[in-house]
Amino acid sequence: MQEIKREDLIAKAAQLLADGTVDRVIGWKKGEFDYDVTPAVFTTKEELENEFVWNDFCGANFSKYIKKEAEKSESKVMAFLKPCDTYSFNQLLTEYKFDREKVYVVGVPCNGMLDDSKIKESASGISSVTEENGKVVVDTLYDGKITLERADVLAERCANCKSKKHAAYDELLGTEGEVLDSKRFDEVEKLEKMTPDERFAFWQNELSRCIRCNACRNICPACTCEKCVFDNPASGVENKAISDSFEEKMFHIIRAFHVVGRCTDCGECSRVCPQNIPLHLLNRKFIKDINGFYGEYQAGAEVGSRAPIVDYTKEDLEPSEAVERGEENA
Amino acid sequence: MQVNEFKPLIVAFCCNWCSYAGADLAGNNRLNYPAEVKIVRVPCSCRVNPMFILRAFQKGADGVILCGCHPGDCHYTSGNYYTRRRMALLFSMLDYLGIEKERTRVEWVSAAEGAKFAATMNDFVEKVISLGENKRLEDLRCKK
Ligand code: SF4
Ligand code: SF4
Ligand code: SF4
Ligand code: FES
Repeated sequence: MQEIKREDLIAKAAQLLADGTVDRVIGWKKGEFDYDVTPAVFTTKEELENEFVWNDFCGANFSKYIKKEAEKSESKVMAFLKPCDTYSFNQLLTEYKFDREKVYVVGVPCNGMLDDSKIKESASGISSVTEENGKVVVDTLYDGKITLERADVLAERCANCKSKKHAAYDELLGTEGEVLDSKRFDEVEKLEKMTPDERFAFWQNELSRCIRCNACRNICPACTCEKCVFDNPASGVENKAISDSFEEKMFHIIRAFHVVGRCTDCGECSRVCPQNIPLHLLNRKFIKDINGFYGEYQAGAEVGSRAPIVDYTKEDLEPSEAVERGEENA
Repeated sequence: MQVNEFKPLIVAFCCNWCSYAGADLAGNNRLNYPAEVKIVRVPCSCRVNPMFILRAFQKGADGVILCGCHPGDCHYTSGNYYTRRRMALLFSMLDYLGIEKERTRVEWVSAAEGAKFAATMNDFVEKVISLGENKRLEDLRCKK
């Protein structure tokens, strides 16, 4: 359950449309099922009332949609952003991806979003998902009502949420949250403690499921290159190569490397992956290394900050020491 | 009887201003280093994109070494400082994926260090031979 009500969001959006502050609103629209909420652009109050949703499946981060929308016209666009989304928003501004003046951000507090794939593990034939007394109630076609603990079906990124505080907004609905002391590096540490053979087996198992749909890249607010290396047919890794696992490894190492220092750990890549590959474990390894080698850095916390990968000091550690330090930490 | 001895393929990216000249000096001084080392000359160590390293492995390299000017001596002032951060993060990631860490290395070799160049290559090749063929980052499509 979310603190703010759907009606309040609609009222806010309708008011901004009515007084001419903005002429488009990026929000969540209902899909076929309760859990497949999709991003959409609304232009009238009627559209909002008919199709806008705000529920526990509004995971989509609109920052990247803002970039596309802002390019379309000179007028202002409004977007609802959750705390994690605002980090991506700031990061895009840092990279001059859109004009801040063309966007009106309404911050919405977030109590965490649910992961439909986790719900589907315990329920099939889902007809609705609601909440009663803090529990998730799933109505199914075959097995009647199934009650689940919210904590068990919470999205991974929400269980390890790094901040309930908005890093940017023009207006905030509800109460301002705090930066949290998250446990998001625990899984990375577990992997670091394994032997190289175990790690290799772990990743081989995960990455070999990749179907190279490129959804992780397409959704990523840090992947905004006009021309992406992975679209180059001469690269040998632009597509799924059934015969080989090199292409998967290359793709995943390079995708994660390209967003080093720019990845805000928004969690969108893991959310959209149809194969449930834990991509956040790659991104967080880089974030953890950056914090350990060059000092704490959170991309998107402030507009204009300089990422450690485009910076240096004369005393930086050597690559060989980096690998050893990574092991000591484990 | 013929013994099938493993001959690794080593790619050495050397920056034009220091390490490539260091390799030259090693040659002029008739210092031995294994013929398996194939040098790719780059304008500066920071020209080396992480893709180059992976690409070398894809095309069959068993080890990849990157050589540049000593920190502070880069011909372009700061290129190798960026290289240092980039490779620290890349190598740490390769290690995290379970790829043998001895297959990648960064070494600073100046134009006057012909002996260091030869010694580095001898040592690196020996390490890679002890690891054997690169299996974890190979691309079957690129196998002969
Ligand atoms: S979203 Fe998942 S399956 Fe698709 S390319 Fe990314 S990792 Fe592979
Ligand atoms: S790599 Fe994933 S977590 Fe990082 S910014 Fe992109 S979508 Fe978000
Ligand atoms: S994968 Fe790399 S090249 Fe492609 S969009 Fe992302 S950052 Fe750009
Ligand atoms: S020119 Fe040698 S490292 Fe930059």
